[in-house]
Amino acid sequence: MKKILIVDDEPNIVMSLEYTFKKNNFEVFIARDGQEALDILQTAQPNIIILDIMMPNVDGYNTLEQIKKEEKLKDTKVIFLSAKNKEKDIEKGLSLGADLYMTKPFSVKKLVEQVNLLLEKE
Amino acid sequence: MSSFGLLLILSVYLGLLFLIAHWAEKKGNTKWTNNPYVYTLSLAVYCSAWTYYGSIGVAATSGLNYLPIYVGPIIIIPAWIIILRKIIRISKVNKISSIADFISLRYGNSRFLGALVTLISIFGILPYIALQLKAIAETFHIVSKTSSQSNIFSDTTTYVAIALALFASYYGTRYVDASEKRKGIVTAVAMESILKLFFFILLGIYVTFFVFDGFEDIYAQASVLENFKEKNTIGGIPQAINWFFLCVLSLFAIFLLPRQFQMSVVENNRENHIKTAVWLFPLYLLLFNIFVYPVAWGGNILFEGKTVNPDTYSLLIPQFFNNQVVTILVFLGGFSAAISMIVVSSIGLSTMLSNNLLIPYGFLGRLQSGSQETNTKKIVQIRKVGIFLLIILSYFIYRIFVLEYNLFSIGMVSFVIIAQLAPAFFGAILWRRGSRNGAIAGMIAGFFICGYTLLVPYAIGITNFDNSFITNGLFGIELLKPFQLFGIDYLDPVPQALFWSILFNCLIYLAVSVSFKGNYRERNYAEMFVDIDKYITMHENAFIWKGTAYISDIQKVLKRFLGEERTKRALNLFSLKYNIDKNQELADARLIKFAENLLTGHIGTASAKILIASVVKEEKITLPEVLKILEESKENIIINKKLTETSRELKAITAQLKMANENLVIKDKQKDEFLDTISHELRTPITAIRAATEILHDDDEIPQEMRKQFLQNIISESDRLNRLISKILDLEKFDSGKQKIYVTRNNIYHTISETVKQLNQLIENKNIKVDIVSEKNIVKAYYDEDRIIQVLHNLLSNAIKFCPNQDGIITIFIKENEKYIEVAVADNGKGIDKNDFEAIFDKFYQSQNQNIKKPIGSGLGLAICKKIIEHHQGKIWAENALDSGAKILFTIPKYTKE
Repeated sequence: MKKILIVDDEPNIVMSLEYTFKKNNFEVFIARDGQEALDILQTAQPNIIILDIMMPNVDGYNTLEQIKKEEKLKDTKVIFLSAKNKEKDIEKGLSLGADLYMTKPFSVKKLVEQVNLLLEKE
Repeated sequence: MSSFGLLLILSVYLGLLFLIAHWAEKKGNTKWTNNPYVYTLSLAVYCSAWTYYGSIGVAATSGLNYLPIYVGPIIIIPAWIIILRKIIRISKVNKISSIADFISLRYGNSRFLGALVTLISIFGILPYIALQLKAIAETFHIVSKTSSQSNIFSDTTTYVAIALALFASYYGTRYVDASEKRKGIVTAVAMESILKLFFFILLGIYVTFFVFDGFEDIYAQASVLENFKEKNTIGGIPQAINWFFLCVLSLFAIFLLPRQFQMSVVENNRENHIKTAVWLFPLYLLLFNIFVYPVAWGGNILFEGKTVNPDTYSLLIPQFFNNQVVTILVFLGGFSAAISMIVVSSIGLSTMLSNNLLIPYGFLGRLQSGSQETNTKKIVQIRKVGIFLLIILSYFIYRIFVLEYNLFSIGMVSFVIIAQLAPAFFGAILWRRGSRNGAIAGMIAGFFICGYTLLVPYAIGITNFDNSFITNGLFGIELLKPFQLFGIDYLDPVPQALFWSILFNCLIYLAVSVSFKGNYRERNYAEMFVDIDKYITMHENAFIWKGTAYISDIQKVLKRFLGEERTKRALNLFSLKYNIDKNQELADARLIKFAENLLTGHIGTASAKILIASVVKEEKITLPEVLKILEESKENIIINKKLTETSRELKAITAQLKMANENLVIKDKQKDEFLDTISHELRTPITAIRAATEILHDDDEIPQEMRKQFLQNIISESDRLNRLISKILDLEKFDSGKQKIYVTRNNIYHTISETVKQLNQLIENKNIKVDIVSEKNIVKAYYDEDRIIQVLHNLLSNAIKFCPNQDGIITIFIKENEKYIEVAVADNGKGIDKNDFEAIFDKFYQSQNQNIKKPIGSGLGLAICKKIIEHHQGKIWAENALDSGAKILFTIPKYTKE
């Protein structure tokens, strides 16, 4: 079973994502900010991470930088999912090494498609 | 005391002075060397050995006659504030380094006039230096109880003179630019001025109170001596006229003596130092004169009937009583007085000799092709040798000519010769019409009359030549008798010489200046000298010049004397000052003047002009043209002043605009950030709604429970969206001033209770304990109740949100004083970061990391609270509670203004 980590501080968005990915046979981990995500990643090794940017304590960019330092996470895919939709935000996200940048609001269906596509590539 | 011992003391003393000079030179511009007291004391170089020994001699033999030498300066010194300041300003802007430069520049940069002034100065000053050497030599022989040797090589004083010459030539030529300040020399001279005064007063006290019983005792004993009365009254009109002329003579001297010009003008650091000199220097002169009389008459009493030179009373008295300490101290004082005069005079003279005579009339050609290093070396060498030779020459003059005369009469001859510069000098700063030819003619005439009435008779006096010239006049004509010229027989030789020489000098200067027009350059400098205050800041503007010149040519000349580096720096400064394009090829009048100035300190004004003229092509300008240009430039200066003022105002306005613009840019950036935040905040609930709706739409198998949950989410996110929009609109209303506040008298306790009631459901859900702490339950103030409820609602919602899930406590404090009520809402949550205390109230705020969410709520709530409280003239701020949790406080005034 593929594992997915959802990092977002909005409980209602998380709820939708959790429901959808569980339904698509993913094992789902949830973190409410960057720090929590990094804590979870100490033990878990998900195939893919969905990462919000604007969060309390540690933001998404920072989180990704930390993730990229981890050798064991080098195959883990990362998708930014953020309401920040400016060109420079997207560029920054991709330049940090994210595999995809999706803006909020988003289509659940499309997100699932993209996740599957990324994981198939392997 | 043996010769050897005395020489040893002298060497130690000279060594100390050397150290002081060295120290001051190294220190540079510190408060120790650059202050008005050092400046004033350095002016006391005026008091040479002549003052130190000669005054006593004159007082002893002819009574009051020694006084005019000090009365003259004291009379004129108050005028320094105006005259000396003017001279200093002129000299500074033109980089003038000697009185010869000063006079020659004023009269059209005349090479001949500079040389003439130099020659007259050398003529006048060499005997004066000889006088100092004579004083040193004689006093040396007295103290060491030896006698003068006719063979100069076996006379110890010869070696003292050589040592002095070496000292002066080493320390006087540290800089190639003669207009540079010589800190070392100035400080050493100031030190010597203190010492000579101190030792002289010491002697005075010794003679008056130890040898005699005070002033009365000396007076009582002296008044029975013969001639006492005659010597101590001015006595009749002829004597008064003599006195008057001697005052005038010394009044001239304080300006014109090369050593005084050197110290008061060239070495002046700040104009303001004159203010101190004006009172301190006369005081110094007065102090010096207090004991002249007692010592002189003390000597007369002690040595009555003996043939001793009264010039040396000051040494003979302590020696008579076998007091060796006082004798040597007095000797050192006299030595100090002599060497400061010798050193400073020889520096001044050698600068003139090199810059106004040798370089313009001989060495210039060779310097023109040399490199900077060799030129600097050569110039310094010329001056070194100059100083050395001048002192040695003076020594010979002493040995050959002045052995016979007393100190006073030699000094007087010097003064009269130097006084010949007076008409041209004072005319230079006061009279625009004064011309070069007038100055030259006057000076030469005056000098010849001096020669006729003083030098020749004195020279005849030493040789045993037939003196019928003096007794019968030239060719036996009575009217041409040198000491009674044109039948005036009531004046002493010196006042008489002064009277006739200055009279002719002045008349010829005036007559020639008025009858013959000067050239345009003279007129130009006349304007700059007389009106220096007008041109002080932009004096290059006042220089008139027409022709073609290339900057690169001028640069080449400058490099030969200043070197690559300094030339570049100087030209850079120049183009900055006048805002000139650096790539410009042609030089204008200002640059010509600027370049001449740069060279002046090194080689004198005349040579500077010749050098610059050799690389440029000047066109003749007629005198009327110059006058016209001068008139225009005067107007220009006024216009320039106005322009400067206007441009200053413009600058201020520009600065204000710049600031306003910067503020706008900041505001704009804040607005952008705000819109970013707002759009992010709006998109978040929409995202949740969209996701939930999509799932509900696509997924038919969704369990009932989940479906309900998603629908609930949609409802709450829609509410959130609505609240957000209201808040944004609220904020906009406050910002644009559309929101009005309607204050009435209300009870804040009641308002708070009502708000708590509204939030009861939330509070109970989280099981939070709410306390209201207040002394009274009626606390009234004027406010808009709906708005304050909005504030409290916001603060309480935040508090509820941040309270821990268990044992949450919210405490509301109400306080009041005469003017304000204060409300505080505190929770026991995790508190607020100190750095965010102010920022949380800012609607534009995003914490320094733009991607970190604000600590509280949507970020607009507190911004709205702040607006509301501010509209009530109150304050709102955050604190952390003592134990834990956040605390937001606000105040509202109890009364409105109306």
